[in-house]
Amino acid sequence: MNLRAVWAIYRMEMARAFRTVLQSIVSPVISTSLYFVVFGSAIGSRITEIDGISYGAFIVPGLIMLSLLTQSISNASFAIYFPKFVGSIYELLSAPVSYLEIVIAYVGGAATKSIILGLIILATASLFVPLTILHPLWMIAFLVLTAVTFSLFGFIIGIWAKSFEQLQLVPLLIITPLTFLGGSFYSINMLPSIWRTVTLFNPVVYLISGFRWSFYGKSDVSVGISLGMTVVFLAVCIAIVAWIFKTGYRLRN
Amino acid sequence: MPSILSISGVSKTYATGFAALKEVNLDIQRGEIFALLGPNGAGKTTLISIVCGIVNRSSGTVTVDGHDINGDYRAARGLIGLVPQELTIDAFESVWATVNYSRGLFGRPANPAFVEKVLRDLSLWDKKDAKAITLSGGMKRRLMIAKALSHEPRILFLDEPTAGVDVELRQDMWAMVRRLREDGVTIILTTHYIEEAEAMADRVGVINRGEIILVENKAELMRKLGRKRLVLELRSPLTAIPEAFSHYALELSPDGGQLTYTYDNQAERPGVASLMRDLEAGGIQFRDIDTKNSSLEEIFVNLVRREP
Repeated sequence: MNLRAVWAIYRMEMARAFRTVLQSIVSPVISTSLYFVVFGSAIGSRITEIDGISYGAFIVPGLIMLSLLTQSISNASFAIYFPKFVGSIYELLSAPVSYLEIVIAYVGGAATKSIILGLIILATASLFVPLTILHPLWMIAFLVLTAVTFSLFGFIIGIWAKSFEQLQLVPLLIITPLTFLGGSFYSINMLPSIWRTVTLFNPVVYLISGFRWSFYGKSDVSVGISLGMTVVFLAVCIAIVAWIFKTGYRLRN
Repeated sequence: MPSILSISGVSKTYATGFAALKEVNLDIQRGEIFALLGPNGAGKTTLISIVCGIVNRSSGTVTVDGHDINGDYRAARGLIGLVPQELTIDAFESVWATVNYSRGLFGRPANPAFVEKVLRDLSLWDKKDAKAITLSGGMKRRLMIAKALSHEPRILFLDEPTAGVDVELRQDMWAMVRRLREDGVTIILTTHYIEEAEAMADRVGVINRGEIILVENKAELMRKLGRKRLVLELRSPLTAIPEAFSHYALELSPDGGQLTYTYDNQAERPGVASLMRDLEAGGIQFRDIDTKNSSLEEIFVNLVRREP
């Protein structure tokens, strides 16, 4: 295992995040604060609580997931797309590194960044609402698992994308709607039964539900199913990445 | 001398059906400077990309110092440094960070003293904290070389290293290539500038339409394929070449003052002596005489033209 290469890539990726600290850290914190103002204060004054949890506190896990998913995808997809775009990927392809090492380094870097971001949002949220975390280890487990899974997904998008437009396509047209409709700001039990059934096809529901359970012990679907669905999605992403590397898809022609 | 790079039966056909390389066989000797010449689209970059692991080959085998580039890719790639044709650098990284990154990527432990030496040798030390985007084109080219040398490779590929580079930098690069060769590094360069190959290379390979059409020791090549020219400065200009000289390959300059005879210096009877005799007999007098070897460029152009 070329651990030095993994470390070199990882460190480079982290350095990029610190170089663009405004975009990486400050902007998500500001947008989270705005969500609290708009949803927490304006809507929260009408919906006092859901499942016995104050509305402001209820939306915290969903908000963290929203940022975690979008940031994991954009971090990882950009990280691998950019060298492809400028051509500097030649160096990575000509280096004595295995595909596994490339994935560990890039996905590890992207996931670390989004986990740090998730924790910053959590800290920001705690300034607005009183938070309880009943299962902190599970909370961390969901955080890490989701960050890794979606960083992997982002990596796939970054390899697949042939233009900046394609790079934005999936996060914008699929992930953001799925997150908003995945129970970030409401309990899916509040929906009419037919829409509740439809919503169950949205994988993000399981992520948010499981994550919220780790905070408040309440969930829309059972924790086991949440965990299972996340692991399934992770396995699908790993399988796709394995196929990409086996065939050299859009990397080596 | 054992070869350090062995390419055997390598072909590459792209998905579009374009055959970029056809059954290429090539052995590069340890410690030599090898110039790969060929017109645009001949397959030079494809061949280098295959050896370096950037492009998958369709068939054939490549070994680097005995290591198969697939089966033992870590050992093979670790020996190679590549300076690609295009200036492709992460624009927002500092010179220092990006060169150290390259070293790490190739699995080498951090060695600030060595990286400093590389940067100093390439006159980049003053720019070590500058971001790549702020560097001039020539400086970027040096940075690409620094990255390629950061992991102390034993084989260095220079793909069109002096394209778009000013004269001073070109001289610097040639000096650097010679220094590397003295350290035992094998250098393979592709170039459009024939004088570059002529000045630098030990051996020359010519590739055209995906096929290696010739590999030869440079001096031998020039001796074998070189044609010589005998230039005569005439005492009084001629209006036309006299009929009696029609069996000689003679050319008259537009002003009629210079007569050029082109001949094969390997031929048993190059015809110089008889020409001299005939000129004297014909009363054509000359005041000066000069002979020239044909350049590698002429040899190259002739070779490539000869192909169907």
